[in-house]
Amino acid sequence: MVVREFAERGADLELVGIQKRFPGFTAIESLDLTIPAGSFFALLGPSGCGKTTTLRLVAGLEEPTQGRILIGGKDVTATKSHQRPVNTVFQSYALFPHMTVLENVAFGLKRRRIGDPLGKAHEALRLVELDHLAQRRPQQLSGGQQQRVALARAIVNRPALLLLDEPLGALDLKLRRQMQLELKSIQEEVGLTFLHVTHDQEEAMTMADTVAVMNKGAIEQMGAPEVLYELPRTTFVANFLGQSNLFTGAVVATTGAAITVEAGGSRIVVPTARAQRHQGEVTVGVRPEKVVLHLEEPTATPDRNLLGPGRIIDVSFSGVSTQYIIETPGLGTVLVFAQNVGMGPAAAVGDEVWVSWDVEHGFGLDDDPAEAGRFPADASTRSIAVQQREALVTELEEN
Amino acid sequence: MAFAAFATAEALPQAPKRRSRIALFLLLPGILYLVLFFLTPLVSLVLTSLQAPSEFGDIGQYDYAFNWQNYVAVVEAYLPHILRSFGYALVATVLALLFSYPLAYFIGVKARRWPLLQSLMLVLVIAPFFISFLLRTLAWKQILSDESFIITSLKALSLMAPDGHFTGTPFAVIFGLTYNFIPFMTLPLYSTLERLDTRYLEAGSDLYANAFTVFRKITIPLSMPGIVAGTLLTFIPAAGDYINASRDFLGGPDTQMMGNVIEANFLVLQNYPAAAALSIILMAVILVFVGVYVKRSGTEDLL
Repeated sequence: MVVREFAERGADLELVGIQKRFPGFTAIESLDLTIPAGSFFALLGPSGCGKTTTLRLVAGLEEPTQGRILIGGKDVTATKSHQRPVNTVFQSYALFPHMTVLENVAFGLKRRRIGDPLGKAHEALRLVELDHLAQRRPQQLSGGQQQRVALARAIVNRPALLLLDEPLGALDLKLRRQMQLELKSIQEEVGLTFLHVTHDQEEAMTMADTVAVMNKGAIEQMGAPEVLYELPRTTFVANFLGQSNLFTGAVVATTGAAITVEAGGSRIVVPTARAQRHQGEVTVGVRPEKVVLHLEEPTATPDRNLLGPGRIIDVSFSGVSTQYIIETPGLGTVLVFAQNVGMGPAAAVGDEVWVSWDVEHGFGLDDDPAEAGRFPADASTRSIAVQQREALVTELEEN
Repeated sequence: MAFAAFATAEALPQAPKRRSRIALFLLLPGILYLVLFFLTPLVSLVLTSLQAPSEFGDIGQYDYAFNWQNYVAVVEAYLPHILRSFGYALVATVLALLFSYPLAYFIGVKARRWPLLQSLMLVLVIAPFFISFLLRTLAWKQILSDESFIITSLKALSLMAPDGHFTGTPFAVIFGLTYNFIPFMTLPLYSTLERLDTRYLEAGSDLYANAFTVFRKITIPLSMPGIVAGTLLTFIPAAGDYINASRDFLGGPDTQMMGNVIEANFLVLQNYPAAAALSIILMAVILVFVGVYVKRSGTEDLL
């Protein structure tokens, strides 16, 4: 059942009740996922969360322990990798070292006996602007060029589904940005379904229409990047996708429109519609760039949450913005990103400050409060990823 | 490299010149060794191969001459042996490759998950080296002799003619050559396959190649250095081998190879020029063969 023709357009990918166990641990507990045709879907998560395993299952390089995989409505669970209308851009690129760039790109076309493989390969290389290097060997190219060859080698086959396994991980920041835009425009141009696996939250948000945040072998939350960012449902999402200030406390008052949480002696109001839980101990949060820094105590208004006074313990200037870490008694540290609209940082370490944010910008999480506060609010995504990984590893060892 | 430095020393300032002298000095033991133990015997061999019999001398007495007819004479006399040598060596090399590749692939790729099994199998491949290869070949002569259990059983089952032999036939010689050189084929193959990146195989499978095509288009080309090294390590000594084909071991009167003829001419017939001429021919043919083979297989880096 070798696919001998090009896919007309992208195909739906459906994962139904997928479970994958390796000897000693379970990589994917239970996964149901539908990716509509023509979309750019990102699977985001720390290393070891099961996202690469998911991709390998779809590619046919691993077999699921349970569940079914459907591509374009057809069950492909039992088919071999070479029989699936799927191509992968591997993290290591895996360009064949004994072939030229052109032979690499034409490889898939020749296997499927598609007419004029070399002409089509040249065309694909022109798309990634590398046609002039067609006769070189892969190892004579730079990392970014190899990455583009790997991309050309995959898209030249016009697969119904293109899998990208952290293909930009090895590139430097500037090249990565450029490649992100190129990938996005290629996806729009050819209209294929892209499934992109990454641990880089910025990359996922820039490129994908839909992002699924994966943790410990399950999807924590899925949606458009802006929805996920503005309204995270779990602590993990709040901290992995961007950064968050989180506060845990008991709900002390509920009106139809908002709940009030008392945390560390301060009252924080969150709209009911933006909170997952409305009673008991809850975790609420706000994104650091929504928080405003005040050098003098502002007058309290009902539409703004006000915390303070606190003391600045760290200021780091990063060009477009400045990051302040404020130690607030009873609440731990609060992170503030302030745009540098004026000149340079507005406050210095040791200054006494207040912070406030619009009530509408807060969100309430769904986790058990015991789980909240597991990560300090000033942790970077990278350190969260590392912690998550460590937690996962200990968990796996315990099992 | 040292020679290159030496050649350009004049154009360079003082310091590199001194360095090139040091390099030459450090190379001296190696050069002396080569001159003494490689170049001298080679020159002596070439000179011997051109000698002519002494006019009034005994058997085995020769004078230096330019008697190139020696070469014509040995080719005329021993052409069957020459062809047999390369024929047997070629068949043995192909057989050794066919046996060794799956073995090396299993040890180097499939057994990666079980390092203990991998080490155990490697030890088993090397184990025969702990016993002299003469003894092992003699043992095979016993095992395959006419009175042995194997041969009598085969005859009892009518799978072999009642008056048939195994030792002394070309099959026995090729069997012996294959058996003796399998480790030399397996080890270089293993060392390349052990480094084979299986992600290339996955990429091939992802690009619509079935298992056989992946093997043909990716695994084989990527393991070419091991194949070339293994076949050379097998073919070159097998072509010059004089143990397996010897009548004292697995061979017979009709299985004599060049090695046996050279041995007989040197030690028994005392026809030193003929033996030397045959040696030179053996060496030259192997050199040409290896050169063409390496060039064609695209692994010049190995030489």
